[in-house]
Amino acid sequence: MKSNDVILQTVTNIVLFIILMFSVFIFFNGHHEPGGGFIGGLMTSSALVLLLLAYDLETVKRVLPVDFKHVTAAGLLVAVGTGMGSFFFDAPFLSQTYGYRHFPVLGELELATALIFDIGVYLVVVGITLTIIQTIGEDR
Amino acid sequence: MTNLLIWPILLPLLTGILLLFPRNQIRFQRVLSAVSAVALIAVTVFILWTVQNEGIQTLELGGWTPPFGIVLVGDMLAVLLTTTTAVVSLPILLFAMSSIGKEREQFYFYAFYQFLITGVMGAFLTGDIFNLFVCFEVMLISSYILIVHGGTKKQLRESFKYVLVNIISSAFFVIAVAYLYAVTGTLNMAQLSQRINSLESDAPVLTVIAVLFLIVFGLKGALFPLYFWLPASYTAPPSAIAAIFGALLTKVGMYSIFRTYTVIFTHDTGFTHQLLAVLAACTMAIGVIGAVAHQDVKKILVYNVIAAVGFVLFGVSTLTETGMAGAIFYLIHDIIIKGALFLLIGAMVIVAGTSHLKNMGGLIKHHPRLGWMFFTAVMALVGVPPLSGFIGKLLIIQGGAEAGQYVIIAVMMAASLLVLYSMIRIFLYGFYGQIQLETADQYGSTKGLLLPCAFLIAVSAFLGLGAEAVYPLAATAAETLHEPQIYIDAVLKE
Repeated sequence: MKSNDVILQTVTNIVLFIILMFSVFIFFNGHHEPGGGFIGGLMTSSALVLLLLAYDLETVKRVLPVDFKHVTAAGLLVAVGTGMGSFFFDAPFLSQTYGYRHFPVLGELELATALIFDIGVYLVVVGITLTIIQTIGEDR
Repeated sequence: MTNLLIWPILLPLLTGILLLFPRNQIRFQRVLSAVSAVALIAVTVFILWTVQNEGIQTLELGGWTPPFGIVLVGDMLAVLLTTTTAVVSLPILLFAMSSIGKEREQFYFYAFYQFLITGVMGAFLTGDIFNLFVCFEVMLISSYILIVHGGTKKQLRESFKYVLVNIISSAFFVIAVAYLYAVTGTLNMAQLSQRINSLESDAPVLTVIAVLFLIVFGLKGALFPLYFWLPASYTAPPSAIAAIFGALLTKVGMYSIFRTYTVIFTHDTGFTHQLLAVLAACTMAIGVIGAVAHQDVKKILVYNVIAAVGFVLFGVSTLTETGMAGAIFYLIHDIIIKGALFLLIGAMVIVAGTSHLKNMGGLIKHHPRLGWMFFTAVMALVGVPPLSGFIGKLLIIQGGAEAGQYVIIAVMMAASLLVLYSMIRIFLYGFYGQIQLETADQYGSTKGLLLPCAFLIAVSAFLGLGAEAVYPLAATAAETLHEPQIYIDAVLKE
């Protein structure tokens, strides 16, 4: 049984990128404004959930051939890894640092190691949410 | 060297994460988790040695100084308990390898086992009350998964109750922390202690918060009248999982009562510690009543877990240095011996094919080593002198006498006798009595199951015979608990 979802699928194709971009924006804004890894990750997963609603599970798996359980584990590894990075500088676990660098197009930017920790959080949130949704969805 | 204290938490955490990747490589999963468990023992023993020689160790996470950042505190009590946890986690892991089954192993059993150890280690080492909550949740969420892992009907039913009770108690924990934060304005345990001790007038609201914390940790640690969820949920999962639960989970609740009732809430001991003593006595009584009443070997053992909670908390409630040293010694002994007994009972149920005493008998004919190991473990549990349970109980009674709690001492003596009765009944009916087995491996073999039990009994024997070596450590720990100023000075460095 295949109903005709042309409108939903066409809108999704456009809106998906807007949501994804907004989630990345929110993610990078976390240091100075509301946002961060958790909400960014949730928003990315909501974009993928929209994809799941418009298409079916198999299509999404073909488009994104990743095991989301591994995404979760990788996120944990990144987060713990940033904590362990401080071992090399003889600083206490989870010490963070930051600095300013000049980039060609973007100008001077503040780079903080807390961002790497946030990437870990982001990956864990995306991985967990989609694992839950895919596992429940597969049962049908 | 700066980061020494993080390793007991980091090691199982990293192992758990790595085990998430190759789900079907059981060989890899087994080898990695065993290697990590051995390394954990080495690390915790090294930390114990360091704390013994150099005093309390602290680690300011992220480089933020104490009241503002999270601090890990390795005082003697925490370090003794992390070492015991590491020692008990290895044999239970080995037992699980030969008994848990391929199906469960493929579905992240080892990863969640490591996460459980992470949470327990974190709860012992943290110096921040909200961080304690987070570590509790790490431990509890792993335990939710382990209790339902495998998805048998009984596990599904009991995990539902277990999760419900623990979610409610966690909500109470958050509420209690919120109250405490509203009153004192800090979450760091050392600063909490300092602020509460510096109060000039008595603050009834702090007593209320103290009781709220007692309810929370009583729910986690199965204190009377909050023990009701424990018997059913600890008999549901496979014996290796029940063993790690019985050995560790309630003990984290007890440790938290130790911490909060010795370091933080010492402003109105007349009320709070008397309440603790009465509840401890009721817990002993209810535990042994349950242990004597049941015919199911798993149930008997589970009620003995509850009785032991009473013994330890009575030691804390005396507020004497002897009583606390006894409680610490008994806590360590109890982690080891409950682990051993759960494993032995697990092996017994496997070879007898049933957990009901009426249907088993004469196991000693085919399984003499199992039988005599069980006998030794029972003697150690009850506290027959050369074994490990003796010194702890003796010191608790001594401390109780110093505090003048003679009625509770009498309850404790009677409870010890009934513990002996309940456990020796398993030995008499299960191992002696009419022989029900035709061949040694009629229902299952003990292959690979006895070595972990033997290891734990050896540790217990060491605790008993080498008490001379262990007692000074417990005494140091008790001294820190008795004089919170030592703890405060070590953390806040003033």
